[in-house]
Amino acid sequence: MDFVLKTHNLNKHFRKPVDFHVLKNINLEIKKGEFTSIMGKSGCGKSTLLYILSTMDTDYEGELYLNNELITGQSAARLAHLRNKHIGFVFQFHYLLGEFTVLENIMLPAQKLGERSDAEIKAKAMEILDMLNIGHLGHKLARRISGGEKQRVAIARALINEPSILMGDEPTGNLDSHNSDNVLNIFKKLKKEKGLSLLIVTHDEDFARQTDRIIYMEDGRIVEQ
Amino acid sequence: MINWKVILGISRKHLLSKFKSTLTATLGVTFGITAYITLVSFMTGLNQMLDNLILNQTPHIHIYNEVSPSKDQPITLDQLYSPGEHLIHHIKPKFEKSNIYNGLPLLNYLRTREEVSGATPRLTTQIFYLSGAIELGGNLTGINIPEEVRLSGFNDYIVEGSPEALNNTENGILLGAGLAKKMSLRPGDRLQVSNVKGEVFPLKVVGFYQSGIADIDNIQSYVNLKTAQRIVGENATYITDINVKLKDLTLAPEMARDIERQFQVDARDIQEANAQFETGTNIRNLITYAVSITLLIVAGFGIYNILNMLIYEKMNDIAILKATGFTGKDVQAVFMSQAMIIGGVGGVSGLIFGLILSLLINQVPFNTEALPTISTYPINFNPWYYLIGILFALLSTFIAGYLPSKKARVIDPVRIIRGN
Ligand SMILES: Nc1ncnc2c1ncn2[C@@H]1O[C@H](COP(=O)(O)OP(=O)(O)O)[C@@H](O)[C@H]1O
Ligand SMILES: [Mg+2]
Repeated sequence: MDFVLKTHNLNKHFRKPVDFHVLKNINLEIKKGEFTSIMGKSGCGKSTLLYILSTMDTDYEGELYLNNELITGQSAARLAHLRNKHIGFVFQFHYLLGEFTVLENIMLPAQKLGERSDAEIKAKAMEILDMLNIGHLGHKLARRISGGEKQRVAIARALINEPSILMGDEPTGNLDSHNSDNVLNIFKKLKKEKGLSLLIVTHDEDFARQTDRIIYMEDGRIVEQ
Repeated sequence: MINWKVILGISRKHLLSKFKSTLTATLGVTFGITAYITLVSFMTGLNQMLDNLILNQTPHIHIYNEVSPSKDQPITLDQLYSPGEHLIHHIKPKFEKSNIYNGLPLLNYLRTREEVSGATPRLTTQIFYLSGAIELGGNLTGINIPEEVRLSGFNDYIVEGSPEALNNTENGILLGAGLAKKMSLRPGDRLQVSNVKGEVFPLKVVGFYQSGIADIDNIQSYVNLKTAQRIVGENATYITDINVKLKDLTLAPEMARDIERQFQVDARDIQEANAQFETGTNIRNLITYAVSITLLIVAGFGIYNILNMLIYEKMNDIAILKATGFTGKDVQAVFMSQAMIIGGVGGVSGLIFGLILSLLINQVPFNTEALPTISTYPINFNPWYYLIGILFALLSTFIAGYLPSKKARVIDPVRIIRGN
């Protein structure tokens, strides 16, 4: 079976200020093209899990597979490359580079990847912006646009390298219901039209109900999936 | 593998977004390098001028005949008292002419030596200058003018008249400027000199000589070698000094010892004559570098502070870059390149301002009695200093940028993303 993402007995401790077993035996499989959501009370370890899955956090025990390749123990440079090419990440607080235009923000990860020319990257970025109905924002400075728009730009940036999976840590948590619905619809559209795999942490029951599968977490454990 | 186009694009944006800080840091470097270039050009210009002032008038090797008692007294030659301790009181040197024995053969020999670029004969004697009622004691030196001009830049010190005038006038005299003033003599005037035996010779003033050292200019005059030989009543082989100029000054001590051993003469080399003189040059250089390095260190701290501040302000940017696949090295390159851009731009403009300032100083009139050949402040436009200056700028900004940029490299994006 093809899994985009898979973990085996994942455990994580915070050692400071006191030893704290934050993730306990996480076994998780995300199929290709699956739209999965993670729910759980605040503080149960959802973000911590997502940081590990996105390869940014390497301080854990157990194994992590991305596209059936063992990621655990790879070099920092290799992880950066995998993150760049295969993982799109959307944060709760739309992290954009404020001094850059929307278009430049979206283009950066692709320029880092360096597989396409700037002209191709730009065309691709415009295409994604149009798909997200924010084509007119391309040349605005990222810090000059509204919160809902920022989140859509962040999604566009996450998509630029056609990742294997898009992860989101409460990407709608900071948006009003209109913008929230908008983002949910974009995710659904991406899954349906592009066959994108998604893994989204959310507090929103309505949001979660519209995904293929909900993973419930409690105290660092997966209690239901 | 770093994609420099992307990295430089990011660092450019950062620099422009903090334009004032960037400008301050850049000006710091500019100031340091401007000061270095100006100081070093000016200081070494002065050094060179002072060096020339003394070096040109000091032969690399001066050969002469020192008056001293004979080392071999009769008692030491007698077998009867050997071995033994000889104590002789009140030894007096016997009368000897002060010329160099076999001076001309020695001169010819020196001229054949590979390392010698020239050797000129001189005859120095005490005389009295007689003009009207005045009678002044002084020195008269007979020289071979064309050779002196070639080897010691003699014409630099002729403030009126020309070397040719002396060469062409058999009984001409180049009068020390101080003497000329005392005796109110003008070129073309006549004066008489008398030798130690009281014989009087008429001479014609063809020009003035000014070394810049008053004690010399008040007593020293020059005539043709032949004229001097006539005044002391000796023939054409009579010379008291030989000045030797070498192709490489550092060979002087060794060669001087060589000459002393081979010939019955005294030879003093330039290093011996000017031992303390090097020290002055070194100290002036030391001051120049100390001041410049201090300025650059201050500029370096400026860059360090500004980069630290920038990194603090751009934490989010760093986290985003890392989260989207930029490596720690990429991020370090972003900040390192900012430091190097500041260093490069600041350094180059420092060189330009330094050059402009040096050119201005070089125009400032500087007339001093002591330095007849100088009319404006001397500047040494040595391209080496410009190379050192830019390397200085790049090195100091590299060091200043390294620590902050390394911090940026190891920043953990998760901690920053969690922070919000
Ligand atoms: N750096 C850290 N050191 C110690 N404890 C931490 C650290 N980061 C998070 N925690 C704790 O780990 C737990 C899980 O945090 P997190 O994954 O952010 O929860 P969630 O995203 O589910 O709200 C929380 O109790 C939090 O206080
Ligand atoms: Mg969280």
